[in-house]
Amino acid sequence: MLAFIIRRLLQAALVIVIMSGLVFVGIYLIGNPVYILISPEASELERAQVIHNLGLDLPLWQQYLVFVEQALGGSFGKSFVFGEPAMKIVLERVPATAELALFSTFLALFVGVPLGIWAGLKPNAISSRGIMAGSILGFSLPNFWVGLMLIMLFGVWLRNSEWLSFLSLPASGRGETVTFLGTRLSIFTIDGWRHLLLPAFTLGLSYMALNIRLTRAGVREVLLQDYVKFARAKGLPERRVIGVHVLKNILIPIVTVTGLELGTVIAFAVVTETVFAWPGMGKLLIDSIVSLDRPVVVAYLMTVVGLLVVLNLVVDVLYSVIDPRIRLGGRSE
Amino acid sequence: MSIVTDKAVAAKAVPAVSPPSSPWRRFVAEFAESKLAMGGLILFVLLALASILAPLIAPQDPYDLAQLDIFDVRLPPGSVSEGSGLTYWLGSDAQGRDMLSAILYGLRVSLMVGAISVVVAMSLGLAVGLGAAYFGGRIDAVLMRLVDIQLGFPAILVALILLSVVGQGIDKVMIALIVVQWAYFARLARGAALVERHREYVEAATSLALPAWRIVFRHIMPNVLPPLIVYATVRIAEAVALEATLSFLGVGVPVTEPSLGLLLRNGFGYLMSGDYWISFFPGAALALAIIAINLVGDQLRDMLNPRLKR
Amino acid sequence: MSAPTLSVRDLATHFFTRDGVVKAVDGVSFDVGRGEILGLVGESGSGKTVCGFSLLGLVDPPGRIVGGQILFHGENLVTAGEERLRQLRGKRIAMIFQDPMMTLNPVLRIDTQMVETVLAHDKVSAKAAYARVRDTLVRVGIASPDARLRAYPHQFSGGMRQRVAIAIALLHDPELIIADEPTTALDVTIQGQILFEVQQLCRDTGTALIWITHDLAVVAGLADRVCVMYAGRLVEQGKVDDVLDRPLHPYTRGLIGSVPSRTARGQKLTQIPGMTPSLLNLSEGCAFRSRCPRATTVCETSPPLVELRPGQAARCFHPHLEGADSERAGL
Repeated sequence: MLAFIIRRLLQAALVIVIMSGLVFVGIYLIGNPVYILISPEASELERAQVIHNLGLDLPLWQQYLVFVEQALGGSFGKSFVFGEPAMKIVLERVPATAELALFSTFLALFVGVPLGIWAGLKPNAISSRGIMAGSILGFSLPNFWVGLMLIMLFGVWLRNSEWLSFLSLPASGRGETVTFLGTRLSIFTIDGWRHLLLPAFTLGLSYMALNIRLTRAGVREVLLQDYVKFARAKGLPERRVIGVHVLKNILIPIVTVTGLELGTVIAFAVVTETVFAWPGMGKLLIDSIVSLDRPVVVAYLMTVVGLLVVLNLVVDVLYSVIDPRIRLGGRSE
Repeated sequence: MSIVTDKAVAAKAVPAVSPPSSPWRRFVAEFAESKLAMGGLILFVLLALASILAPLIAPQDPYDLAQLDIFDVRLPPGSVSEGSGLTYWLGSDAQGRDMLSAILYGLRVSLMVGAISVVVAMSLGLAVGLGAAYFGGRIDAVLMRLVDIQLGFPAILVALILLSVVGQGIDKVMIALIVVQWAYFARLARGAALVERHREYVEAATSLALPAWRIVFRHIMPNVLPPLIVYATVRIAEAVALEATLSFLGVGVPVTEPSLGLLLRNGFGYLMSGDYWISFFPGAALALAIIAINLVGDQLRDMLNPRLKR
Repeated sequence: MSAPTLSVRDLATHFFTRDGVVKAVDGVSFDVGRGEILGLVGESGSGKTVCGFSLLGLVDPPGRIVGGQILFHGENLVTAGEERLRQLRGKRIAMIFQDPMMTLNPVLRIDTQMVETVLAHDKVSAKAAYARVRDTLVRVGIASPDARLRAYPHQFSGGMRQRVAIAIALLHDPELIIADEPTTALDVTIQGQILFEVQQLCRDTGTALIWITHDLAVVAGLADRVCVMYAGRLVEQGKVDDVLDRPLHPYTRGLIGSVPSRTARGQKLTQIPGMTPSLLNLSEGCAFRSRCPRATTVCETSPPLVELRPGQAARCFHPHLEGADSERAGL
């Protein structure tokens, strides 16, 4: 088990190194950011000064080395736009994105899986068909369109209606925050929840739909298995048959998918944050790409890469914990 | 020997009437069993036709600035232009464009980009996957490492970074989409090819000293294609969605080209002021297209899933 | 002779599929007495497995029991509610399935799967349940059960898994065990061991056993009485020696004749011509007539099950009453 983890860690480190190189080279090609920061009337001298200050006059490979050196020390250069250390700016936004991502995953799991189980147990009920139809929608509709529609519904129409305006929800921004463990979190305030609900639902919808379908498929498949029949033949209450025998077997694909999806969720947060003006990492990324704020983009990418690598590792480990066949392999006679 | 075991009996026993003979017919018959999928297929065909025929059926060419009337901005659906007498069935946007026409043209670009990128990505992935499976060893290891790394990253991030590097344009968007999609096809193809490679008919072909390319193309590939095609169908829907998302964020198709995502981007700002049609209709068109494709893909996937085999 | 443990009367289980009604079990009747071992014999598709499942009410849709009675100590299981059936399953009537790899849940430990069976029916402490489980494993011949208990099914060999399945069946000392081809997937040597042990167990505890199989050799060595099924119907019944030595029904005769035997070495195996009919298209009359060398026009009506000799019955208009011995010597 230990060897397994070490091997994966080494692989992860390798991936990070390669990605850093790729990212660095790629960003370098975007363009010269100087022209944003200097007015067009600036003289050659002033321009050269700024270039020198930002270290942009060194050859590419030197810039990369400087980058690596600083990165290992935890610094990713100063943001061209904000003037502060890029990583600091990125990390400041992490709690907001994390809140959003985690809450949406939570929604997707705890709403999606039960719905999927229901649909799997009673596949021909009207409610099940409705759930499945809804899941196709949830899965197909582009993230940002769902956000737009929700804004339209909850932010505009409901707000403008006399009777139902209490149901309306804010269409942008993050709610009030409370400092908890050194970071500002908004899930502890009611206002925070109200602001969180729409973006989290939007972000989590496609993943929720996926969960519903996966769970339903899993349940249908597992119900046909002999061990379910055998469990009933032993006289086990149906509650246990479904809740233990069936559930544990369908967890495996769900865990796998959760791990894979978390990365996608973090990525799609970029879109959701843009639509809802949520002050997280994703919005920062878009803004930085547009303003060519290289250090911030690089810092963002490195953060996400690190996050994804860790996530993949955790999923691998979890997977082997849930499925004993993978963990224990072979036979003992 | 018609062995009717209990499990098969519980499912669908062999019918008394002989089934349609050709495999294609059976395929079509099985597909048609799902009304939803048929509905999806019809919807998709309609949308595709509409988009292909856009230049012929659209009331105006929304990207020809000469045809736009600046007095007709932000008209609600159904209004008639005072200047030209043109009916804006779905309203007009902030530049005076007829939404219906814009949607038709936009659909065109969206569907085209989606379909082409998937086809190319599939071909690329197929080639890589088959190669990796056939040659095995180091080549396989290297290629699959590449695939794994690529797959470890969310498509949208890769696309975003790529596009911010290479700039805007339909061709660049397509490249980005291809880069983002080929890896999964490669993995699918390799997996299927590996299974086929160890089957007896390949051994037989090899022992007949058939050349490698022939074994791969004539024997292995046809058996590997079905899951890839099913995945490709679903993938088109995702590609369309991804292109729309990228355009919405402003890094996709440039402003001068039509795209449903761009229309939505434009319309976003007007949402809060109540001009819903500028974003609602393009969004609906996009959603319908994606749903239609997914319905078809779903049915195909169910049909080919051995574990749900009746 | 005490009342039979199980008394089945005219059991009918049909499957309502898209292509028609499949009469998997079509009017089957038999009794099983205390401590008796009944062999239920038939090919694939004869309905024997469905019959077994029907007894416990475990038939999956689109199938269901459409008629008949299943009297367990006088209680009709067909009309008993689901909760009543649940109480009986595993406690007073237990079932052993064919492939233990598939019947044991791969992601749960052996002890979990056994202890839950105990706790489902008896209000005992977990410790007591565990102790009982342990003892039962020893009973079925698994030494050092503690290590085994913490293991997962895939870590066992086939024979071991089947012993676990048998142990599970024995946890509550049931009065009736239904075993559906439990040794088919095993090596012959293991099979032999298990058959012997099962026989002992039944003699010692008075448990009735229904052994469903297609293998006549197994039946010959194990059962007291035999029921032969064909196309959902019972075609012959009787004491095992009678049925195997002097079969009445042409199908039974053909079955026995098609088993290779030591004494008839080098001789051609008799084959029953034709194929098992599709249960979807069963026509009126004797289901076997299309393959039967003795069929005549009267066979177009369904023959009734008639006791032709004391203790032996057959469903045929032209049974083999001559009493000639079959080539059973090798069995």
